[in-house]
Amino acid sequence: MKLRVDPDKCQGHARCYGLAPEIFDVDDYGLASVIVDEVPPELEEKARLAVANCPEYAIEIISG
Amino acid sequence: MTHTAPVTDWATDFDVLDPQYVADPFSIWDDLRRTCPVAHTNRRKSSWLPTRYEDVTAIAHDIEHFSSLKIAVIPGDEDEDPNADFDGPDLQYGLPPISSDPPLHTWTRRLLLPWFSHKRVDGYVPLTRDLCTKLLDGFADSGHADAAADYAQQIPVRVIAHILGVSPDLSDTFTGWVRDVLEFADDAERRQRGAEGLLNYFVGQLEERRANPGDDLLSELLTTKVDGAPVDDGIVLGMAALALIAGVDTTWSAIGSSLWHLATHPEDRKRLVAEPELMPTAIEELLRAYSPVTMAREVTEDVIYAGCPMKAGDKVLMNFPAANRDPEAFEHPEVVQLDRAHNRHVAFGSGIHRCAGSNLARMELQVALEEWLARIPDFSLAEGAEVTWAGGQVRGPRICPVVF
Repeated sequence: MKLRVDPDKCQGHARCYGLAPEIFDVDDYGLASVIVDEVPPELEEKARLAVANCPEYAIEIISG
Repeated sequence: MTHTAPVTDWATDFDVLDPQYVADPFSIWDDLRRTCPVAHTNRRKSSWLPTRYEDVTAIAHDIEHFSSLKIAVIPGDEDEDPNADFDGPDLQYGLPPISSDPPLHTWTRRLLLPWFSHKRVDGYVPLTRDLCTKLLDGFADSGHADAAADYAQQIPVRVIAHILGVSPDLSDTFTGWVRDVLEFADDAERRQRGAEGLLNYFVGQLEERRANPGDDLLSELLTTKVDGAPVDDGIVLGMAALALIAGVDTTWSAIGSSLWHLATHPEDRKRLVAEPELMPTAIEELLRAYSPVTMAREVTEDVIYAGCPMKAGDKVLMNFPAANRDPEAFEHPEVVQLDRAHNRHVAFGSGIHRCAGSNLARMELQVALEEWLARIPDFSLAEGAEVTWAGGQVRGPRICPVVF
C-alpha cells in the first residue's frame, strides 16, 4: 500500500499522526507527510483508519 | 443584557442564548436538520444556522463568500458603532489569525503554529500533569468536588499563561475577563469590561517584554520580523489576546463536558478505567459529542446557499457541534461510542481556520482525564446537583458537583 497526503487539503488536524505515527509525520506548521514508501502489511489497518478519520479528506491510497 | 422572548419557531427565529438551546441544543439541531437545515433569525442581527455536516464544512471552506473578519457568535462591538466609552486600545486588525482572512491570516497563523506543534506540546505535558495532580490533591480526600469549577476551569488557563509567559497567579482574573468577553457578550457593559481588562493588561505586558524579552510567545512576537519588518503593535496585541481567549474557555469546556459525561454514564467511566489504551480514541469521541465551540462568519456578498438568500453582512454561525451530530456523517451520532473507529469530527473546525491550538487542547483533555481517573476512578453527579451550562460561542458545564 502506498499513501499520499494532499498538501493543498491538509489543514494540520494531525489525526493521521495521532493514529499512525509510524506512517505519518507532521511539521511545525501542522502539514502532514507520509514517511514510508510502502506501508508494511501489519500497518495497513492503521493506514486505513487514518484515511477514514481525516476531516479534510486529504489522505489518498495511491496503490494497494 | 438583551432580554428576548422564548423561542417558539427555531427555523425562523432561533436564539443560541435561549435557555432551551443552552440546556439541550441536540434535539433542536436534530429537528432543524430534518425540517430546515439552515435556520435563520433576525434576533440581534440577521444570522443563519446550518446544522448539517456537509453545509458547515462547505461554508468553512468557502472563504470567498464567508469571511472571518467578524467571528463573534453574539454580535457585540464589532457590529456596532465604536463604543465611545471604551477605554482600551484600538484593535484595528481584531484578533488575528482567527478574525482575519488571507493574506493577514496566513502569516500571522504561521507565527503561532510552531508554539502549538506536536513537539512543543509534548514539552508542556509534565507541567500539565503536575498541575492536575496538585488540583486533585486539593479535593481528592474530601469525597466531593465541582468537576467544572475546581478542576476543568483551573487547567487550560494556567498552561496558556505559561506559554505566554504571564503570571499563573492571575488565572482567576484571566478567566473572569475571558468569560466576560465570550459568555456574557450579550451584556455590553460586561463585555466591555472584560475586553478593557484583557487588552490593557497585555499592553503593559508587551511594554515589559520589550524591555526584558524572555523565551515566551509574547517576546517572540515582539522580536520576530516578517518580510524584514517587525510586526505591527496592534497585531501583536491581537494575537496575544487571542491566545489567551482561545486557550481558556474552550478546553475547559471540553474537559468539563467529558467529566460530566463520565459522571453520568458509569459504563463509559468503568470502561475507560479498565481500558486506558482506549483514551486517544475516546478523547476524539468526547470532542465530537460535546464540541464546545461555535464560530461565526460574515457573508461577503449576496449569495444563495442551500436555497437560502444570504445577504452581504449577514452572519453564519459555524455550527461545528451540530455537524458532529449529523446522522449523514456519523452512525448513531446521539450515542457516545468511546471506541468509535471512524470519526471525521470537526470540533476544531474545518479548512484554513482549523484551531491552531488543537494539539494543546487534545493533550490537556487527555492528561486531565487520565489524572482524574487515576485518582478518582469512581464518581457520579451529586444527588440533586444542579449542573449549569454556558452556551453561545462556547458550550460547557460551569457548575458540575460530583461525589466519590
